[in-house]
Amino acid sequence: MDILIIGGLLGGAYALMAMGLQLQYGVARIMNLANGEMLVAGSFAAFWIFTGWQLSPILSIVFVAPLAFAANWLIYKIFMRPLVKRAKSEGQLEVDSILSTFGQAFILVGVMLALFGGEYFSYSYLEVPFEIFGRAYELNRIVAFLFAVGLCGGLYVWLNKTRAGLTLRAVSVNAEAAGLVGVDVPNASAMAFALGGAVTASGGALLSMFLTFDASVGVIFTMKALVIVIMGGVRDVRGAILCAFVLGFAETAVASLYDPGLTLAAAYLLFILVLLFRPEGLFGRRST
Amino acid sequence: MSSNRRRRFRIKRMTRREMIGLLIAIFAFGIAALLPMVNTGYALSLGVTIAMYTVLATSWTLFSGPTHYISLATAAFFGIGMYIVGGGLELLPFPTLVVLAGVAGALLAGFIGLATLRLSGVYFVIFTLGLAELIRQLMTWGQTTLGTSSGLYVLNNVDESIIYWELLILAGFVYLIGWWINRSRLGFALRIIGNDEEVAKHSGINTPLVKIFLFMISGSIASVTGALLAPRWTYIEPILAFSPMLSFLVVIMALIGGAHRLWGPILGVIPFALVWDLITAEFPNQTALMLGIAFLLVVYAIPHGFVGLGEKYWAKFKHWRDFRVS
Repeated sequence: MDILIIGGLLGGAYALMAMGLQLQYGVARIMNLANGEMLVAGSFAAFWIFTGWQLSPILSIVFVAPLAFAANWLIYKIFMRPLVKRAKSEGQLEVDSILSTFGQAFILVGVMLALFGGEYFSYSYLEVPFEIFGRAYELNRIVAFLFAVGLCGGLYVWLNKTRAGLTLRAVSVNAEAAGLVGVDVPNASAMAFALGGAVTASGGALLSMFLTFDASVGVIFTMKALVIVIMGGVRDVRGAILCAFVLGFAETAVASLYDPGLTLAAAYLLFILVLLFRPEGLFGRRST
Repeated sequence: MSSNRRRRFRIKRMTRREMIGLLIAIFAFGIAALLPMVNTGYALSLGVTIAMYTVLATSWTLFSGPTHYISLATAAFFGIGMYIVGGGLELLPFPTLVVLAGVAGALLAGFIGLATLRLSGVYFVIFTLGLAELIRQLMTWGQTTLGTSSGLYVLNNVDESIIYWELLILAGFVYLIGWWINRSRLGFALRIIGNDEEVAKHSGINTPLVKIFLFMISGSIASVTGALLAPRWTYIEPILAFSPMLSFLVVIMALIGGAHRLWGPILGVIPFALVWDLITAEFPNQTALMLGIAFLLVVYAIPHGFVGLGEKYWAKFKHWRDFRVS
């Protein structure tokens, strides 16, 4: 029972981070390996706002999300767009964007190390017990979960019910055809990339409420987001949300039953199983 | 069928250019081998580092150069080799362990290849990205549950100049393999795969098999390198053996030198290792920043590395020489 609840609470934040990556990969076709660093940057921003201005991490999202949106918009325009333009094939864009986002990831780590140093950070916010089925859990986990679910739900409705969301989905299904029917593909891609970054950074702000983090932990989150997105199928939001919870449960189960040091091994086991038996993802369609 | 078979084993005659290249290479190896006689202190230690990265980056290029699959598994192979020597030194002689390390590296590469190389390149990058960290977690967990300490002692009397010579021999071996692959049908198949995998499939190349085989060679060499370097430290820990930074360093050195030529990586390894040594000594907190800048440089400024840069200007010079108005 404990595993189900704690895993579920963790899954909420993972879902947010995976949705961010999925927008960037599914729509903008950029495999962003600096995703985890963007998340950690969100965590640091929330930490800084909380300790500096005594402002709740929830409220800090009001600042973090637009800032991350603007930053990712610029990253797309400056770094990614030239790569999209010069790429002769999808494979070349893949290799270039992987290398470029590795570079960005290391630069972000370097900047965060210079600003905050290499120590571990955490702060206590809403660290009061809250009872579910007679067992006490930390309130901050629950609040973070509720906000993550709210953001995910909002994003899902926005993608499926509005015209802007329809545009993004059209680009995701077939960028060329979307361009033919009058969609501004470069703009929609930049939009998706920036939105993905904002969602990821918000996820970081929420995670920072109950997780300890440091400047170089981002790559672990990148791994987890990648595993979730591939497990769920690259272009399916529902798959990513479901798989985020699967990963949350699996990690919590392994950490409480075996060893907390083996969480990545749990993620990998799921990853290998998916690669061997359903490489197109649980919800993806076979392409050929 | 039989004529085809005979053609495969026919040895091609060396061209004049290849002979000159071979002579230069032998001469360079001779000079490099003299280093331990001159200096056994800082210069030798730097020499070991450069030789190690040369072997790793060149063997990385064997697979990733023609196929464009970015492998980040180097640290995993390297660490496994190191741990095989660390764990088995009391039971088996050192040379046997080195061979075992090579076999283990090939097996691991075969497994990774079977799981990911049948699919698109992204899966491969992602899988190798976390592999070193995964094995490190498993090792740490295994050692703590078995009740031993988290590290291993490597006690034998191999000194640095011997490690250096071993690495030089290994480097020569890697260059020979690379040269042989380039001339063989295997290398030809690889270049087609790198250009267009669909075309390769349609011309009857068993693309997964070729890729997996090459990756096994590359992984096996990285494991042997780890095994040879184990005696450099007297105490090895998972965090030292499976340092994820190693994989990234190997990738960036190979790319900055130029991964489309066999001798490209070494041109990246020497300057990068020297600068890296300086930066880790003077500004240890800025290593990540420098690595990031190097990656961006490779993507935006010198996409084919130093070799590509040199070839571009050489072509311009030749054009100018042949077509100048006299």
